[in-house]
Amino acid sequence: MLKDEKDKAIGPDVIPEIPTTHRLQWEQAQDCYVILYPEGMVKLNASSAEILKCCDGKRDVKTIIEDLQKQYSEANIEKDVLNFLEVAHVNGWIRTK
Amino acid sequence: MSMAGSEQNKIPQPLWLLAELTYACPLQCPYCSNPVDMAKVKSELTTEDWKKVLREARAMGATQLGFSGGEPLVRTDLEELIAEARQLGFYTNLITSGVGMDEKRIKAFKEAGLDHIQVSFQASSEELNNFIAGTNAFEHKKEMARLVKKYGYPMVLCFVLHRKNEDQIRDILDLSIALDADYVELATTQYYGWAFHNREQLLPTRAQLKHAEAVAKEYQDKMKGKMKIYYVIPDYFEDRPKRCMDGWGKVFLTIAPDGTALPCHAARQLPGLEFPNVRDHSIEWIWNESPDFNKFRGFDWMKEPCRSCPEKEKDLGGCRCQAFMLTGDARNADPVCSKSPHHQQIVDLVNRVDKMAGKPAFEEKPMIFRNMKNSKKIIEEKESELN
Ligand code: SF4
Ligand code: SF4
Repeated sequence: MLKDEKDKAIGPDVIPEIPTTHRLQWEQAQDCYVILYPEGMVKLNASSAEILKCCDGKRDVKTIIEDLQKQYSEANIEKDVLNFLEVAHVNGWIRTK
Repeated sequence: MSMAGSEQNKIPQPLWLLAELTYACPLQCPYCSNPVDMAKVKSELTTEDWKKVLREARAMGATQLGFSGGEPLVRTDLEELIAEARQLGFYTNLITSGVGMDEKRIKAFKEAGLDHIQVSFQASSEELNNFIAGTNAFEHKKEMARLVKKYGYPMVLCFVLHRKNEDQIRDILDLSIALDADYVELATTQYYGWAFHNREQLLPTRAQLKHAEAVAKEYQDKMKGKMKIYYVIPDYFEDRPKRCMDGWGKVFLTIAPDGTALPCHAARQLPGLEFPNVRDHSIEWIWNESPDFNKFRGFDWMKEPCRSCPEKEKDLGGCRCQAFMLTGDARNADPVCSKSPHHQQIVDLVNRVDKMAGKPAFEEKPMIFRNMKNSKKIIEEKESELN
Protein backbone atom coordinates (compact mmCIF):
# COMPACT_ATOMS: atom_id res chain seq x y z
CA MET A 1 0.00 0.00 0.00
CA LEU A 2 1.07 3.55 -0.48
CA LYS A 3 1.48 4.66 3.07
CA ASP A 4 3.98 3.02 5.24
CA GLU A 5 5.93 5.03 7.71
CA LYS A 6 8.57 2.36 8.00
CA ASP A 7 9.21 2.18 4.27
CA LYS A 8 12.93 2.68 3.63
CA ALA A 9 14.86 3.74 0.57
CA ILE A 10 16.43 0.92 -1.45
CA GLY A 11 19.83 -0.09 -0.09
CA PRO A 12 21.79 -3.31 0.56
CA ASP A 13 20.17 -4.02 3.94
CA VAL A 14 16.49 -3.38 3.32
CA ILE A 15 14.10 -6.25 2.67
CA PRO A 16 11.75 -5.65 -0.26
CA GLU A 17 8.41 -7.38 -0.70
CA ILE A 18 5.39 -7.15 -2.95
CA PRO A 19 2.56 -5.48 -1.02
CA THR A 20 -0.64 -7.44 -0.44
CA THR A 21 -2.45 -5.06 -2.77
CA HIS A 22 -0.31 -6.12 -5.72
CA ARG A 23 0.13 -9.47 -7.36
CA LEU A 24 2.93 -10.86 -9.49
CA GLN A 25 1.55 -13.44 -11.86
CA TRP A 26 2.43 -15.32 -15.03
CA GLU A 27 0.09 -14.45 -17.87
CA GLN A 28 -0.22 -17.13 -20.50
CA ALA A 29 -2.07 -14.86 -22.91
CA GLN A 30 0.62 -12.19 -22.66
CA ASP A 31 3.48 -14.63 -22.52
CA CYS A 32 5.07 -12.67 -19.71
CA TYR A 33 4.86 -11.89 -16.02
CA VAL A 34 2.65 -9.02 -14.97
CA ILE A 35 2.03 -6.97 -11.85
CA LEU A 36 -1.64 -6.56 -11.09
CA TYR A 37 -3.02 -3.85 -8.80
CA PRO A 38 -6.31 -1.98 -8.38
CA GLU A 39 -7.62 -1.43 -11.90
CA GLY A 40 -4.23 -1.73 -13.50
CA MET A 41 -1.57 -4.01 -14.91
CA VAL A 42 2.05 -3.66 -15.89
CA LYS A 43 3.80 -6.14 -18.16
CA LEU A 44 7.28 -7.09 -17.12
CA ASN A 45 10.23 -8.17 -19.14
CA ALA A 46 11.98 -11.37 -18.12
CA SER A 47 14.74 -9.83 -16.02
CA SER A 48 12.39 -7.50 -14.12
CA ALA A 49 10.20 -10.48 -13.31
CA GLU A 50 13.18 -12.47 -12.05
CA ILE A 51 14.09 -9.64 -9.69
CA LEU A 52 10.54 -9.20 -8.41
CA LYS A 53 10.24 -12.92 -7.78
CA CYS A 54 13.09 -12.52 -5.30
CA CYS A 55 11.21 -9.83 -3.37
CA ASP A 56 9.73 -12.35 -0.96
CA GLY A 57 9.93 -10.34 2.25
CA LYS A 58 12.68 -12.64 3.52
CA ARG A 59 15.84 -11.74 1.63
CA ASP A 60 17.54 -8.38 1.83
CA VAL A 61 18.73 -6.60 -1.28
CA LYS A 62 22.32 -7.75 -0.76
CA THR A 63 21.26 -11.40 -0.74
CA ILE A 64 18.97 -10.94 -3.72
CA ILE A 65 21.86 -9.55 -5.75
CA GLU A 66 24.09 -12.45 -4.72
CA ASP A 67 21.44 -15.01 -5.60
CA LEU A 68 20.76 -13.45 -8.98
CA GLN A 69 24.44 -13.10 -9.72
CA LYS A 70 24.79 -16.87 -9.31
CA GLN A 71 22.05 -17.46 -11.88
CA TYR A 72 23.42 -14.99 -14.38
CA SER A 73 27.13 -15.25 -14.72
CA GLU A 74 27.15 -12.13 -16.89
CA ALA A 75 29.08 -9.10 -15.81
CA ASN A 76 28.12 -7.23 -12.70
CA ILE A 77 24.33 -7.09 -12.36
CA GLU A 78 24.31 -5.13 -9.13
CA LYS A 79 23.66 -1.76 -10.69
CA ASP A 80 20.81 -3.03 -12.89
CA VAL A 81 19.10 -4.72 -9.97
CA LEU A 82 19.36 -1.63 -7.78
CA ASN A 83 18.06 0.58 -10.56
CA PHE A 84 15.08 -1.63 -11.19
CA LEU A 85 14.27 -1.98 -7.49
CA GLU A 86 14.22 1.78 -7.22
CA VAL A 87 11.79 2.06 -10.09
CA ALA A 88 9.64 -0.70 -8.59
CA HIS A 89 9.69 1.06 -5.25
CA VAL A 90 8.70 4.44 -6.63
CA ASN A 91 5.83 2.78 -8.48
CA GLY A 92 4.64 1.00 -5.37
CA TRP A 93 5.21 -2.51 -6.78
CA ILE A 94 7.37 -3.27 -3.77
CA ARG A 95 7.67 -1.91 -0.28
CA THR A 96 10.58 -2.29 2.05
CA LYS A 97 11.20 -3.14 5.66
CA MET B 1 -4.96 0.68 -17.51
CA SER B 2 -1.39 1.72 -17.70
CA MET B 3 0.81 -0.67 -19.56
CA ALA B 4 4.47 -0.01 -19.09
CA GLY B 5 6.40 -1.01 -22.12
CA SER B 6 3.42 -2.49 -23.89
CA GLU B 7 3.51 -2.69 -27.65
CA GLN B 8 0.48 -2.23 -29.85
CA ASN B 9 -0.92 -5.72 -30.08
CA LYS B 10 -2.03 -6.78 -33.55
CA ILE B 11 -5.03 -8.70 -32.26
CA PRO B 12 -6.29 -6.80 -29.25
CA GLN B 13 -7.16 -8.69 -26.11
CA PRO B 14 -10.03 -7.88 -23.78
CA LEU B 15 -7.81 -7.11 -20.81
CA TRP B 16 -10.60 -5.53 -18.81
CA LEU B 17 -13.84 -7.33 -18.14
CA LEU B 18 -16.62 -5.32 -16.58
CA ALA B 19 -19.33 -7.58 -15.22
CA GLU B 20 -22.48 -5.57 -14.68
CA LEU B 21 -24.19 -8.12 -12.52
CA THR B 22 -27.52 -6.36 -12.18
CA TYR B 23 -29.32 -3.10 -12.89
CA ALA B 24 -30.96 -3.29 -9.47
CA CYS B 25 -29.64 -0.64 -7.10
CA PRO B 26 -30.92 0.83 -3.86
CA LEU B 27 -29.49 4.22 -4.88
CA GLN B 28 -30.88 6.63 -7.44
CA CYS B 29 -27.94 8.74 -8.58
CA PRO B 30 -29.07 11.17 -11.27
CA TYR B 31 -25.67 10.80 -13.00
CA CYS B 32 -25.83 7.02 -13.27
CA SER B 33 -24.45 5.77 -16.59
CA ASN B 34 -26.83 2.82 -16.78
CA PRO B 35 -29.21 3.02 -19.73
CA VAL B 36 -32.36 5.03 -19.03
CA ASP B 37 -34.45 2.18 -20.45
CA MET B 38 -32.95 -0.34 -18.04
CA ALA B 39 -36.46 -1.34 -16.93
CA LYS B 40 -36.71 -3.27 -20.22
CA VAL B 41 -34.11 -5.75 -19.05
CA LYS B 42 -36.00 -8.56 -17.44
CA SER B 43 -33.87 -11.64 -17.08
CA GLU B 44 -30.41 -11.57 -15.52
CA LEU B 45 -27.68 -14.06 -16.26
CA THR B 46 -27.50 -17.02 -13.89
CA THR B 47 -24.51 -17.89 -11.74
CA GLU B 48 -23.49 -20.55 -14.25
CA ASP B 49 -23.77 -18.09 -17.15
CA TRP B 50 -21.45 -15.70 -15.34
CA LYS B 51 -18.95 -18.44 -14.59
CA LYS B 52 -18.82 -19.28 -18.27
CA VAL B 53 -18.23 -15.60 -19.08
CA LEU B 54 -15.41 -15.46 -16.54
CA ARG B 55 -13.73 -18.60 -17.84
CA GLU B 56 -13.93 -17.58 -21.48
CA ALA B 57 -12.80 -14.00 -20.92
CA ARG B 58 -9.90 -15.19 -18.81
CA ALA B 59 -8.85 -17.60 -21.54
CA MET B 60 -8.85 -14.64 -23.93
CA GLY B 61 -6.36 -12.84 -21.71
CA ALA B 62 -8.55 -10.73 -19.43
CA THR B 63 -6.77 -9.93 -16.16
CA GLN B 64 -8.77 -7.15 -14.56
CA LEU B 65 -12.32 -7.86 -13.56
CA GLY B 66 -14.75 -5.30 -12.21
CA PHE B 67 -17.97 -6.40 -10.59
CA SER B 68 -20.38 -3.53 -10.95
CA GLY B 69 -23.99 -2.84 -11.81
CA GLY B 70 -26.31 -1.35 -10.62
CA GLU B 71 -25.26 -2.47 -7.22
CA PRO B 72 -23.41 -5.80 -7.43
CA LEU B 73 -24.08 -6.49 -3.75
CA VAL B 74 -27.69 -7.15 -4.68
CA ARG B 75 -26.56 -10.47 -6.21
CA THR B 76 -26.47 -13.12 -3.50
CA ASP B 77 -24.04 -15.21 -5.57
CA LEU B 78 -21.41 -12.48 -5.50
CA GLU B 79 -19.20 -14.40 -3.06
CA GLU B 80 -19.32 -17.44 -5.32
CA LEU B 81 -18.46 -15.42 -8.41
CA ILE B 82 -15.54 -13.73 -6.65
CA ALA B 83 -14.15 -17.10 -5.62
CA GLU B 84 -14.45 -18.42 -9.16
CA ALA B 85 -12.82 -15.31 -10.63
CA ARG B 86 -9.95 -15.34 -8.21
CA GLN B 87 -9.31 -19.00 -8.78
CA LEU B 88 -9.12 -18.28 -12.51
CA GLY B 89 -6.42 -15.66 -11.83
CA PHE B 90 -8.33 -12.41 -12.23
CA TYR B 91 -7.46 -9.34 -10.22
CA THR B 92 -10.93 -8.79 -8.79
CA ASN B 93 -12.36 -5.32 -8.19
CA LEU B 94 -15.69 -4.69 -6.53
CA ILE B 95 -17.23 -1.37 -7.53
CA THR B 96 -19.92 -0.58 -5.03
CA SER B 97 -21.91 2.09 -3.25
CA GLY B 98 -21.43 0.12 -0.03
CA VAL B 99 -25.17 -0.08 0.47
CA GLY B 100 -26.00 -3.70 1.20
CA MET B 101 -22.58 -4.41 2.66
CA ASP B 102 -21.77 -5.36 6.21
CA GLU B 103 -18.79 -6.73 8.06
CA LYS B 104 -19.83 -10.31 7.50
CA ARG B 105 -19.87 -9.89 3.75
CA ILE B 106 -16.61 -7.94 3.64
CA LYS B 107 -15.02 -10.82 5.49
CA ALA B 108 -16.60 -13.40 3.20
CA PHE B 109 -15.35 -11.50 0.13
CA LYS B 110 -11.86 -11.51 1.58
CA GLU B 111 -12.00 -15.25 2.10
CA ALA B 112 -13.26 -15.67 -1.45
CA GLY B 113 -10.17 -13.81 -2.64
CA LEU B 114 -11.46 -10.35 -3.52
CA ASP B 115 -8.52 -8.04 -4.24
CA HIS B 116 -10.01 -4.60 -4.04
CA ILE B 117 -13.13 -2.67 -3.11
CA GLN B 118 -13.97 0.73 -4.50
CA VAL B 119 -16.59 2.59 -2.49
CA SER B 120 -18.38 5.47 -4.16
CA PHE B 121 -19.62 8.48 -2.29
CA GLN B 122 -22.05 11.01 -3.64
CA ALA B 123 -20.70 13.98 -1.66
CA SER B 124 -18.80 14.87 1.49
CA SER B 125 -21.75 15.96 3.58
CA GLU B 126 -24.55 13.81 4.82
CA GLU B 127 -27.27 16.07 3.51
CA LEU B 128 -26.02 16.38 -0.05
CA ASN B 129 -24.86 12.78 -0.22
CA ASN B 130 -28.25 11.51 0.76
CA PHE B 131 -30.03 13.89 -1.57
CA ILE B 132 -27.99 12.80 -4.57
CA ALA B 133 -28.07 9.14 -3.67
CA GLY B 134 -31.79 9.39 -3.07
CA THR B 135 -31.34 7.42 0.12
CA ASN B 136 -29.93 7.61 3.60
CA ALA B 137 -26.52 6.12 3.24
CA PHE B 138 -23.76 8.47 4.25
CA GLU B 139 -22.92 7.19 7.72
CA HIS B 140 -23.15 3.62 6.53
CA LYS B 141 -20.74 4.31 3.69
CA LYS B 142 -18.19 5.81 6.04
CA GLU B 143 -18.48 2.77 8.25
CA MET B 144 -17.97 0.49 5.23
CA ALA B 145 -14.91 2.46 4.15
CA ARG B 146 -13.39 1.88 7.58
CA LEU B 147 -14.09 -1.83 7.36
CA VAL B 148 -12.56 -2.06 3.91
CA LYS B 149 -9.40 -0.73 5.46
CA LYS B 150 -9.63 -2.99 8.46
CA TYR B 151 -9.72 -6.08 6.27
CA GLY B 152 -6.59 -5.03 4.42
CA TYR B 153 -8.03 -4.09 1.05
CA PRO B 154 -6.45 -1.20 -0.81
CA MET B 155 -8.93 1.59 -0.30
CA VAL B 156 -10.16 3.42 -3.33
CA LEU B 157 -12.81 6.07 -2.84
CA CYS B 158 -14.69 7.39 -5.79
CA PHE B 159 -16.56 10.68 -5.93
CA VAL B 160 -18.46 11.65 -9.03
CA LEU B 161 -18.20 15.40 -9.43
CA HIS B 162 -20.80 17.75 -10.86
CA ARG B 163 -22.23 21.20 -10.25
CA LYS B 164 -24.02 20.26 -7.01
CA ASN B 165 -20.94 18.93 -5.23
CA GLU B 166 -18.00 20.41 -7.13
CA ASP B 167 -17.53 23.17 -4.55
CA GLN B 168 -17.19 20.59 -1.79
CA ILE B 169 -13.96 19.32 -3.24
CA ARG B 170 -11.88 20.39 -0.27
CA ASP B 171 -14.23 18.63 2.14
CA ILE B 172 -14.27 15.60 -0.14
CA LEU B 173 -10.50 15.33 0.00
CA ASP B 174 -10.44 15.95 3.75
CA LEU B 175 -12.96 13.18 4.19
CA SER B 176 -10.76 10.89 2.09
CA ILE B 177 -7.79 11.68 4.29
CA ALA B 178 -9.83 11.09 7.43
CA LEU B 179 -10.86 7.70 6.04
CA ASP B 180 -7.26 6.91 5.20
CA ALA B 181 -7.87 6.27 1.50
CA ASP B 182 -5.01 4.99 -0.65
CA TYR B 183 -6.50 6.20 -3.91
CA VAL B 184 -9.13 8.84 -4.55
CA GLU B 185 -10.87 9.05 -7.86
CA LEU B 186 -12.43 12.42 -8.50
CA ALA B 187 -14.44 11.12 -11.37
CA THR B 188 -16.03 13.62 -13.57
CA THR B 189 -19.62 13.00 -14.58
CA GLN B 190 -19.81 11.31 -17.95
CA TYR B 191 -22.85 12.45 -19.82
CA TYR B 192 -24.37 9.12 -20.76
CA GLY B 193 -27.51 7.41 -19.57
CA TRP B 194 -29.20 9.28 -16.76
CA ALA B 195 -26.48 11.91 -16.62
CA PHE B 196 -27.27 12.92 -20.20
CA HIS B 197 -30.88 13.53 -19.23
CA ASN B 198 -29.79 15.64 -16.28
CA ARG B 199 -26.85 17.32 -17.85
CA GLU B 200 -28.06 20.91 -17.50
CA GLN B 201 -28.37 20.37 -13.78
CA LEU B 202 -25.07 18.52 -13.46
CA LEU B 203 -22.66 20.40 -15.67
CA PRO B 204 -20.30 22.50 -13.55
CA THR B 205 -19.42 26.10 -14.32
CA ARG B 206 -15.98 27.07 -15.58
CA ALA B 207 -15.29 28.86 -12.31
CA GLN B 208 -16.15 25.72 -10.34
CA LEU B 209 -13.84 23.65 -12.48
CA LYS B 210 -10.98 26.05 -12.09
CA HIS B 211 -11.38 25.96 -8.35
CA ALA B 212 -11.69 22.17 -8.24
CA GLU B 213 -8.60 21.75 -10.38
CA ALA B 214 -6.54 24.02 -8.13
CA VAL B 215 -7.66 22.27 -4.96
CA ALA B 216 -7.04 18.83 -6.46
CA LYS B 217 -3.55 19.93 -7.42
CA GLU B 218 -2.90 21.32 -3.94
CA TYR B 219 -3.88 18.00 -2.34
CA GLN B 220 -1.95 15.98 -4.91
CA ASP B 221 1.18 17.82 -3.84
CA LYS B 222 0.37 17.68 -0.17
CA MET B 223 -0.41 13.95 -0.16
CA LYS B 224 2.36 12.85 -2.49
CA GLY B 225 3.49 9.33 -1.66
CA LYS B 226 0.59 8.84 0.76
CA MET B 227 -2.56 9.12 -1.25
CA LYS B 228 -2.97 9.04 -5.00
CA ILE B 229 -5.52 11.50 -6.29
CA TYR B 230 -6.87 11.13 -9.80
CA TYR B 231 -8.54 14.14 -11.30
CA VAL B 232 -9.52 14.61 -14.92
CA ILE B 233 -11.03 17.67 -16.54
CA PRO B 234 -14.47 16.86 -17.97
CA ASP B 235 -14.27 16.53 -21.72
CA TYR B 236 -17.01 19.09 -22.35
CA PHE B 237 -14.45 21.71 -21.37
CA GLU B 238 -11.70 20.55 -23.68
CA ASP B 239 -11.22 21.00 -27.39
CA ARG B 240 -9.97 17.52 -28.14
CA PRO B 241 -11.94 14.40 -27.25
CA LYS B 242 -10.77 11.63 -25.00
CA ARG B 243 -9.44 8.41 -26.45
CA CYS B 244 -12.61 6.64 -25.51
CA MET B 245 -12.21 3.20 -23.89
CA ASP B 246 -8.75 3.19 -25.45
CA GLY B 247 -10.47 2.22 -28.67
CA TRP B 248 -13.56 0.29 -29.62
CA GLY B 249 -13.13 -3.43 -28.95
CA LYS B 250 -9.55 -2.84 -27.93
CA VAL B 251 -9.22 -3.36 -24.18
CA PHE B 252 -12.65 -3.27 -22.55
CA LEU B 253 -15.41 -5.79 -22.59
CA THR B 254 -18.60 -5.06 -20.70
CA ILE B 255 -21.22 -7.69 -20.08
CA ALA B 256 -24.60 -6.21 -19.18
CA PRO B 257 -26.91 -7.92 -16.65
CA ASP B 258 -28.85 -9.74 -19.38
CA GLY B 259 -25.70 -11.00 -21.11
CA THR B 260 -25.45 -8.35 -23.81
CA ALA B 261 -21.78 -7.87 -24.67
CA LEU B 262 -20.68 -4.28 -25.17
CA PRO B 263 -17.38 -2.59 -26.07
CA CYS B 264 -18.28 0.11 -23.54
CA HIS B 265 -20.97 0.36 -20.90
CA ALA B 266 -22.64 3.26 -22.69
CA ALA B 267 -22.75 1.65 -26.13
CA ARG B 268 -26.10 -0.03 -25.65
CA GLN B 269 -27.92 3.07 -26.84
CA LEU B 270 -26.26 3.13 -30.27
CA PRO B 271 -28.76 2.45 -33.04
CA GLY B 272 -28.21 -0.09 -35.78
CA LEU B 273 -26.18 -2.38 -33.57
CA GLU B 274 -27.56 -5.61 -32.21
CA PHE B 275 -24.81 -6.44 -29.74
CA PRO B 276 -24.30 -10.16 -29.28
CA ASN B 277 -25.35 -11.99 -26.15
CA VAL B 278 -23.18 -14.38 -24.19
CA ARG B 279 -26.13 -16.75 -24.02
CA ASP B 280 -25.85 -17.31 -27.77
CA HIS B 281 -22.15 -16.86 -28.48
CA SER B 282 -18.73 -17.47 -27.01
CA ILE B 283 -16.69 -14.53 -25.81
CA GLU B 284 -14.11 -15.44 -28.41
CA TRP B 285 -16.60 -15.09 -31.26
CA ILE B 286 -18.05 -11.94 -29.78
CA TRP B 287 -14.67 -10.27 -29.41
CA ASN B 288 -12.97 -11.43 -32.58
CA GLU B 289 -15.74 -12.07 -35.07
CA SER B 290 -18.95 -10.25 -34.20
CA PRO B 291 -19.76 -7.41 -36.62
CA ASP B 292 -20.56 -5.02 -33.78
CA PHE B 293 -17.22 -5.37 -32.06
CA ASN B 294 -15.50 -4.81 -35.39
CA LYS B 295 -17.66 -1.91 -36.43
CA PHE B 296 -15.45 0.89 -35.10
CA ARG B 297 -12.10 -0.85 -35.00
CA GLY B 298 -9.37 0.75 -37.07
CA PHE B 299 -10.04 3.93 -39.05
CA ASP B 300 -12.11 2.90 -42.07
CA TRP B 301 -15.44 3.76 -40.46
CA MET B 302 -14.47 7.40 -39.96
CA LYS B 303 -16.08 10.35 -41.67
CA GLU B 304 -14.58 13.78 -42.11
CA PRO B 305 -13.05 15.68 -40.34
CA CYS B 306 -11.53 12.63 -38.60
CA ARG B 307 -10.78 10.59 -41.72
CA SER B 308 -8.06 12.91 -42.96
CA CYS B 309 -7.04 14.28 -39.58
CA PRO B 310 -3.42 13.88 -38.49
CA GLU B 311 -4.55 13.41 -34.89
CA LYS B 312 -6.78 10.43 -35.51
CA GLU B 313 -4.37 7.85 -34.14
CA LYS B 314 -4.17 9.77 -30.91
CA ASP B 315 -7.82 10.13 -29.98
CA LEU B 316 -9.47 7.76 -32.47
CA GLY B 317 -12.10 10.39 -33.12
CA GLY B 318 -13.29 10.36 -29.51
CA CYS B 319 -16.36 8.66 -28.16
CA ARG B 320 -18.85 6.95 -30.45
CA CYS B 321 -21.67 7.28 -27.97
CA GLN B 322 -21.11 10.97 -27.50
CA ALA B 323 -20.93 11.46 -31.26
CA PHE B 324 -24.26 9.69 -31.60
CA MET B 325 -25.99 11.45 -28.73
CA LEU B 326 -24.99 14.90 -29.92
CA THR B 327 -24.98 14.53 -33.70
CA GLY B 328 -27.22 11.56 -34.43
CA ASP B 329 -24.43 9.66 -36.21
CA ALA B 330 -21.92 7.55 -34.30
CA ARG B 331 -19.39 7.85 -37.15
CA ASN B 332 -19.04 11.58 -36.77
CA ALA B 333 -16.24 13.21 -34.81
CA ASP B 334 -16.95 13.48 -31.11
CA PRO B 335 -18.31 17.06 -30.87
CA VAL B 336 -15.94 17.74 -28.00
CA CYS B 337 -13.41 18.25 -30.80
CA SER B 338 -13.16 21.83 -31.99
CA LYS B 339 -12.82 20.56 -35.55
CA SER B 340 -16.27 19.02 -35.37
CA PRO B 341 -18.99 21.09 -37.05
CA HIS B 342 -21.14 20.27 -34.01
CA HIS B 343 -18.67 21.60 -31.47
CA GLN B 344 -20.56 24.86 -30.98
CA GLN B 345 -23.38 22.91 -29.34
CA ILE B 346 -21.13 22.04 -26.44
CA VAL B 347 -19.69 25.53 -26.17
CA ASP B 348 -23.22 26.94 -26.11
CA LEU B 349 -24.25 24.56 -23.37
CA VAL B 350 -21.23 25.36 -21.24
CA ASN B 351 -21.84 29.08 -21.74
CA ARG B 352 -25.49 28.75 -20.86
CA VAL B 353 -24.70 26.90 -17.64
CA ASP B 354 -22.12 29.55 -16.77
CA LYS B 355 -24.72 32.24 -17.21
CA MET B 356 -27.64 30.52 -15.52
CA ALA B 357 -25.98 28.65 -12.66
CA GLY B 358 -27.11 29.88 -9.28
CA LYS B 359 -30.33 31.40 -10.61
CA PRO B 360 -33.21 29.84 -8.70
CA ALA B 361 -35.39 29.21 -11.74
CA PHE B 362 -32.55 27.26 -13.36
CA GLU B 363 -31.36 25.40 -10.29
CA GLU B 364 -34.79 24.41 -9.09
CA LYS B 365 -35.61 22.37 -12.15
CA PRO B 366 -35.82 18.87 -10.66
CA MET B 367 -33.40 16.16 -11.70
CA ILE B 368 -34.67 12.83 -12.91
CA PHE B 369 -33.50 10.26 -10.41
CA ARG B 370 -32.39 6.89 -11.60
CA ASN B 371 -34.98 4.32 -10.65
CA MET B 372 -37.18 1.76 -12.34
CA LYS B 373 -40.25 3.97 -12.11
CA ASN B 374 -38.59 6.79 -14.01
CA SER B 375 -37.10 4.29 -16.44
CA LYS B 376 -40.56 2.95 -17.27
CA LYS B 377 -41.82 6.48 -17.71
CA ILE B 378 -39.01 7.31 -20.12
CA ILE B 379 -39.65 4.12 -22.09
CA GLU B 380 -43.35 5.01 -22.38
CA GLU B 381 -42.55 8.54 -23.49
CA LYS B 382 -40.19 7.26 -26.16
CA GLU B 383 -42.74 4.77 -27.39
CA SER B 384 -45.49 7.34 -27.62
CA GLU B 385 -43.13 9.60 -29.55
CA LEU B 386 -42.67 6.83 -32.10
CA ASN B 387 -46.40 6.25 -32.53
S1 SF4 C 1 -24.37 5.37 -10.09
FE1 SF4 C 1 -25.67 5.35 -8.27
S2 SF4 C 1 -27.66 4.62 -9.03
FE2 SF4 C 1 -26.14 4.11 -10.61
S3 SF4 C 1 -25.56 2.03 -10.14
FE3 SF4 C 1 -24.08 3.38 -9.12
S4 SF4 C 1 -24.90 3.66 -7.06
FE4 SF4 C 1 -26.56 2.83 -8.30
S1 SF4 D 1 -11.10 15.67 -36.10
FE1 SF4 D 1 -11.45 13.64 -35.26
S2 SF4 D 1 -9.45 12.62 -35.23
FE2 SF4 D 1 -9.08 14.85 -35.51
S3 SF4 D 1 -8.73 15.63 -33.46
FE3 SF4 D 1 -10.92 15.88 -33.88
S4 SF4 D 1 -11.90 14.00 -33.12
FE4 SF4 D 1 -9.68 13.60 -33.23
